[in-house]
Amino acid sequence: MTGAAIAPAGPDQRAAFRAATFADALRSEWIKLRSVRSTFWALTATVLLGIALGAVISAAAAHGYARSSASAKLSWDPAAVSLSGIGIATLAIAVLGVLFVSSEYSSGMIRTSLIAVPKRGRVLAAKSLVFAAATFVVGEATSFTAFFAGQALIAGHAPHAGIGDPGVARAVVGAGLALTALAVLSVAVGTVLRHPAAAIACMIAVLFVLPGIVQALPDSWRNPGTEFWPTQAGGQLATVHQAAHTLAPWPGFGVMCLFVAIVYAIAWMLLDRRDV
Amino acid sequence: MIEAHGLVKRYGSTMAVNDLSFSVRPGLVTGFLGPNGAGKTTTMRMILGLDAPTRGSVTVGGRSYRDLPAPMHEVGALLDARAVHGGRRARDHLLCLARSNGIARRRVDEVLRIVGLEDVARRRTKGFSLGMSQRLGIAAALLGDPAVLILDEPVNGLDPDGIHWVRTLMRGLAAEGRTVLVSSHLMSEMALTADHLLVIGKGRLIADTNVDEFTRSSSQQLVHVRSPQAADLAARGRAAGATVRAGTGPDVIEITGMDSAEVGRLAAAHGIALSELTPVKASLEEAFMELTRDSVEYQAAGVTR
Repeated sequence: MTGAAIAPAGPDQRAAFRAATFADALRSEWIKLRSVRSTFWALTATVLLGIALGAVISAAAAHGYARSSASAKLSWDPAAVSLSGIGIATLAIAVLGVLFVSSEYSSGMIRTSLIAVPKRGRVLAAKSLVFAAATFVVGEATSFTAFFAGQALIAGHAPHAGIGDPGVARAVVGAGLALTALAVLSVAVGTVLRHPAAAIACMIAVLFVLPGIVQALPDSWRNPGTEFWPTQAGGQLATVHQAAHTLAPWPGFGVMCLFVAIVYAIAWMLLDRRDV
Repeated sequence: MIEAHGLVKRYGSTMAVNDLSFSVRPGLVTGFLGPNGAGKTTTMRMILGLDAPTRGSVTVGGRSYRDLPAPMHEVGALLDARAVHGGRRARDHLLCLARSNGIARRRVDEVLRIVGLEDVARRRTKGFSLGMSQRLGIAAALLGDPAVLILDEPVNGLDPDGIHWVRTLMRGLAAEGRTVLVSSHLMSEMALTADHLLVIGKGRLIADTNVDEFTRSSSQQLVHVRSPQAADLAARGRAAGATVRAGTGPDVIEITGMDSAEVGRLAAAHGIALSELTPVKASLEEAFMELTRDSVEYQAAGVTR
């Protein structure tokens, strides 16, 4: 195991080097993301949950359509139904995003990373961008597949949507976009909380628990809660039919993005200031 | 070149590093010595921009670490060999670090060969022994072919062969004109590796000196004497201003404050027969213990909480 020579030359003869760039940080984070197994499993779970759950929900909803009430028929949103599996798949993205940062803290890798790239804002930006890009690709592939699979299952049992119908393409693309915003949020939350378990619990609370609690509140609290809760508001981008007490698709997505930006700013500030 | 000016790091009420100023020069292996908890790692973390000093500043090549444009080319660091994601293959670990500083893939294979890990390059690091992790950490430090190396306890967990290898490596790096700062709590290791020593205890700098000077100045030389007239010699010695202690037998004494030549002359002048006269050189280990014990006593009296 014993090596001999050290490096090709001493410091005076060392090859010229250039300053590290943001693009270098992006390449580094991409290698980090693809070189651990949890990435493969979480993204597989996202695709499978998004498509399979979407198919099951589409089939069930389509079969129930004939027996449903007139008002339910009026708010029938076949595009949103076929994309509803992605709402559950968000959990896989949230866990992966949180782990992408917090596993560096739990293993100590963060110190190695910040010695390599001491510009901390650059590390956070590169991590967020790489994970957002990966999520966007996987998210769009999932949502398009889920949409076409869902519509095929709905067709014949209930009115189905075509990709060219008004608002439908936006909803399908929007499901992937909402997932991408969530990806950035989970990286930011992982950075703020640092502990994997705490950060995952926080994401579950934001995604599922708190919106559930809001539903149990009186109308005067529930309606604005449903309307402005960031992840719910962002989800409006993946719907065609606008339900009561919800924001329109783009304003809703704007609320989500604003929330993500605030958490990201906190993460950036804490990462910059804290000892690691 | 590493320069620290009045570095202070306080964690709550604990003074981890207290007013440290030093410079680490190129072309030498500088041993950073101190008992556990003396503040060695904290100081290294401040050099590397991981911890912000409470007061004072530290620069590498004239710049604060966080302002270095190409950090891995300028500084190679090994802080904690276990600070890697265990689920990542060794080669991917090095590759992600290399890429972050625009270092070519070829260099990754090169450093894997240098540290002797090419056979396990595709294994996930969670199965690595401490020795293998140390080698991986050293590989990461060498990636950028840096002018400055900062290594925290690099021989930890290595077998004798590995220790010898690290020692040779560090000496070689310094001989090439690089700045090498290596911490250890093992004096014996530093005696073999370092040219220069920075000794700290309780966060304070106790000594900034070269290895020989350190051994010479920080501990008095002791002369071990066996003589049938030991009691007579002891009295003569004390009269001449030396300190004399009883030795292991009735005819053995230990004299400090005089070297062996002086003891020999004293005995000859008074017609005292000697059956044994041995100068005992204090080891670096003993010198260090003596020095840090003093610092601990000083600190206990001097620190206010």
